[in-house]
Amino acid sequence: MLSLLAQVADFKAPHVDYHALAPEIVMAVGLCAVLLVDLFVPDHKRWITGTLTGFVLIGAFIPVATLAVVGDDMRALFDGRYIVDEFALALKGLFLLSAYVVVLMSSNEMEEGHYYQGEYYVLLLSSVLGMVMMASSRDLISVFVALEFLSIPAYMMAAWRKRDSKSNEAGVKYYLLGVFASAVLLYGMSLMYGLASSTRLTDVGQALTLEGDKVGMQVLAIVFVIVGFAFKVSAVPFHTWAPDTYQGAPTPVTAFLSVASKAAGFTGLLAMVYLAFPMAHDVYQPFMWVLAALTMTVGNLLALKQTNIVRMLAYSSVSQGGFILMPLAVAGTGEAAGPALKAVVVYLLIYAATNLGAFAVVIAVARKTRSGEISSFGGLFNYAPGLAVMMTIFLASLAGIPPLGGWYAKFGAFRAVVEAGGGWGYTIAIVGAINAVIATAYYITVMREMWMKPAPDGDETPVRVPSPIVVAIALCGIGTMVMGVLPGAVARFGDLADLTFAFGG
Amino acid sequence: MDHAQNWLLSLGTFLPLAGVLVMLFIPKKNEEEAKLVGLVTAVATLAVGIYTLTQFDYDAAGVLQFAVKDQMWIEPIGATYTIGLDGISLPLYFLSMVITVLVMIYSWNHIPSPGNAKAFFILMLVLQTGMAGTFIAQDLILFFVFFEVVLLPMYFMIGVWGGENRQYASLKFFLYTMFGSALMLVAFIALYIVTKNNSADPAAANFSFQWFMENSDLVSKNTGLWIFGGMFVGFAVKVPMFPFHTWLPDAHTQAPTQGSVILAAILLKLGTYGFVRIAIPFLPEAAKTWAPIIGVLAVVGIIYGALGCLAQTDMKRLIAFSSVAHMGFVMLGISTLTPLGINAAMFGMVAHGLITGMLFFLAGSVKERYHTLEIKRLSGILIQMPRLGWILGFCAMASLGLPGLAGFWGEFPAILAAWNPAGALVDNGHETLYQVLTVISALGTVLAAAYLLWLYQRTAFGTPAAEFAGGGHGHGHDDHGGDDHGSDIHDVNSFEWAAWTPLLIAIVLFGVVPSLMFDVMDPAVQLITDHFVAGK
Repeated sequence: MLSLLAQVADFKAPHVDYHALAPEIVMAVGLCAVLLVDLFVPDHKRWITGTLTGFVLIGAFIPVATLAVVGDDMRALFDGRYIVDEFALALKGLFLLSAYVVVLMSSNEMEEGHYYQGEYYVLLLSSVLGMVMMASSRDLISVFVALEFLSIPAYMMAAWRKRDSKSNEAGVKYYLLGVFASAVLLYGMSLMYGLASSTRLTDVGQALTLEGDKVGMQVLAIVFVIVGFAFKVSAVPFHTWAPDTYQGAPTPVTAFLSVASKAAGFTGLLAMVYLAFPMAHDVYQPFMWVLAALTMTVGNLLALKQTNIVRMLAYSSVSQGGFILMPLAVAGTGEAAGPALKAVVVYLLIYAATNLGAFAVVIAVARKTRSGEISSFGGLFNYAPGLAVMMTIFLASLAGIPPLGGWYAKFGAFRAVVEAGGGWGYTIAIVGAINAVIATAYYITVMREMWMKPAPDGDETPVRVPSPIVVAIALCGIGTMVMGVLPGAVARFGDLADLTFAFGG
Repeated sequence: MDHAQNWLLSLGTFLPLAGVLVMLFIPKKNEEEAKLVGLVTAVATLAVGIYTLTQFDYDAAGVLQFAVKDQMWIEPIGATYTIGLDGISLPLYFLSMVITVLVMIYSWNHIPSPGNAKAFFILMLVLQTGMAGTFIAQDLILFFVFFEVVLLPMYFMIGVWGGENRQYASLKFFLYTMFGSALMLVAFIALYIVTKNNSADPAAANFSFQWFMENSDLVSKNTGLWIFGGMFVGFAVKVPMFPFHTWLPDAHTQAPTQGSVILAAILLKLGTYGFVRIAIPFLPEAAKTWAPIIGVLAVVGIIYGALGCLAQTDMKRLIAFSSVAHMGFVMLGISTLTPLGINAAMFGMVAHGLITGMLFFLAGSVKERYHTLEIKRLSGILIQMPRLGWILGFCAMASLGLPGLAGFWGEFPAILAAWNPAGALVDNGHETLYQVLTVISALGTVLAAAYLLWLYQRTAFGTPAAEFAGGGHGHGHDDHGGDDHGSDIHDVNSFEWAAWTPLLIAIVLFGVVPSLMFDVMDPAVQLITDHFVAGK
């Protein structure tokens, strides 16, 4: 007992870089503020919580921006377990801005549906805080905590339309499979800790060499961790929750899950691949290869036959996940490591803007049609040309048609695998190319409805789009187009090359 | 001259987008205003084009002029904003501007159902940017982006304003092209990576054409064959070459007249231009191996297209199939890898653009008057509309390659060149093959004469069918649901004259003085074919 006390006395508080932690701090304070404000706001003024949430997110974005401006140097906290570098900042920015767009998309939905608003925004903020933490986590424990932090609020948000059995189904399915995935992940992580005697990812990386007498356990650990994340990013065959959850959840939540939550899953996966498995590429690369090929192909084939727009977008996001996984199949091959990392991050950024935009249009249109069927988009070009054109832009970007953002995302992914070369690289590139074509088939179905079909019920009254959604669509539209025409100018993608270095170091 | 006026091409390419921007703010109801802004933009663009023509240094047609170089566009991936115009690009670049203006004039009172002139004109302007951009791009990524920009506008043009089967046709067009360009993109990236990795100075690698031209010897033969294969699919779909052509008859038949004209006159050329500008000069070794395959497919296309024409009952579909045959001649010329062959191919592209574009205009006008394009039901156009009938005859003659008109200079030299393919091909023992191809393709011209004259004979000669006899209430009443078919029939109107005259003049002019174009193209073509002299 005494010795224990003596140890405590030796404890020295670690140096804390408050600037580096500022986004998290702002988020945490803001979260409490929203919760408190919600207590004292009368029912008819609930919109205040939504607005406040928006300000919190912007507020948290400011330190992210200043950190990016201040310098390229990596800020390592807590013994290198929590790192703020370009990679982390780019993703933090992504999470905060997508959450802001989700807030814009939610405000009318929440108000008109008479849902609990304060709680919704608090949960949203906590989930985003988890994501922001995920971007910096370089330790098994912080990765896991961040993952749970971002997932648990999302389970509840998926079931937010509580009087709708579909929404309940969405929440329960997401919860059960999510918890299962967490368990698998945790098991893999515990094996890793056992092997490395450390939870720091770089130490784990030193231990997972695929040499010595514990190779079997190493492989098992890697496979379990990847499977755990595969659930999060809804990679086939671990995607089965996604369509039901996406369809049942309120649409803004779906947008949030399919973009931010997915990106957070990929963030964790990237940290694992680049820090914990760099020497185990013989194991994770084939695994990723198969996952990527399956994910894009199966996601596409299932998307082809959907008649519900949200379900279609759900499967499309599964398939897009396959493209994001594609570079990871070569992440350990020589020259390709840098381009692969860049490709994933750039893909996530562009995909976020595009997919959120598509969901925003879906929300705007559904306000009039009260339907989620693809056929409800009929005649949109005649009575709401603006929405139709924006939707066309988003869908074309998802399909990867220049000069919209999506092409550059796909380009990066292709480039990484071709750079790696060899049979594996070229084959997956061809698989990806064919899938890119299949994907256009279902994106174009929606375009066809909008441009070429008459309105299903002949109702051509214009759509009234509330201003927050207009702003959301505009932000996403600008993002999609700018990233397509001037991809190099946006963010400092160019510097991401240094990041693999910082990352691996 | 070097960096002089290097803003000129950017202006000519992006000016249409400025027009689009203005048009976005015009309410949909003010159709006249929207059309006016569209047309003014297109005319202004053409004016820039004409100015470019006057400033072009014809004595140095082999080098890039008005060039923008060393301008990074997407730094991390080495994509540059390199543009320039040489003898190969100039005719097509200018043609795209002319065609857009003419199509807009034609559209003035010919907006196909379901209307919405504003959107229609906007799409044409976006198309114009994509087309012009493709021809001036001197960077693979830039080329790819422009190449793809035309996709969506054309898709909507066919799908929204097209005929009965438009949705099927537009989807087919889109998916085929997407498939080609996806493989093409992979091939582009592979080419970049291979040249970069094999280069002594990898840091200098970028996507500009110049880089690939200078480093074309860095690609090993085997890799080159694969990369060429990827590009081949991308460009061959666009041309379209047999067996990738099946989208074309559907797209042409269903597209509105304007769409058909643009498709035939410019979009198909993006593919052949890609072969001449990219696939062959960047991968000369692979081109030597692929050339005979291209040659054979081209000749199959010539014969297949011609036979296809003979089997058609629809005038527009017949013209579409004739495109397959004509593009076959272009590809045959390219496959010889000789200056003569490629010059012929380049000439053939422009000539086909003028002539087939014109034929599609005529088909559109016939359809508008008779409400049908079924060859069986049409006859006696010469009696009912002598002027239109004569123009149709003139274009049919031009299309079958009558000497003295533009079509001749695309086909005849291509056939001639096939008899004497490039030395490198002779070295590989392909001479006999090419001579067989020459004979078969010459037969193709006979077939071309057959189907075009047959078409002309059946539609223009004879007496007008009773149902279109005009004015009265004849049989048409009973057979065809009360339409008075004859009432729309009138000869060429002033908008049509305005749109067609320049094309007709150009067909004669280039037919009589082909050197106008050959002289411009030849220096640039020579640079490409240098690789293929025997023994090299």
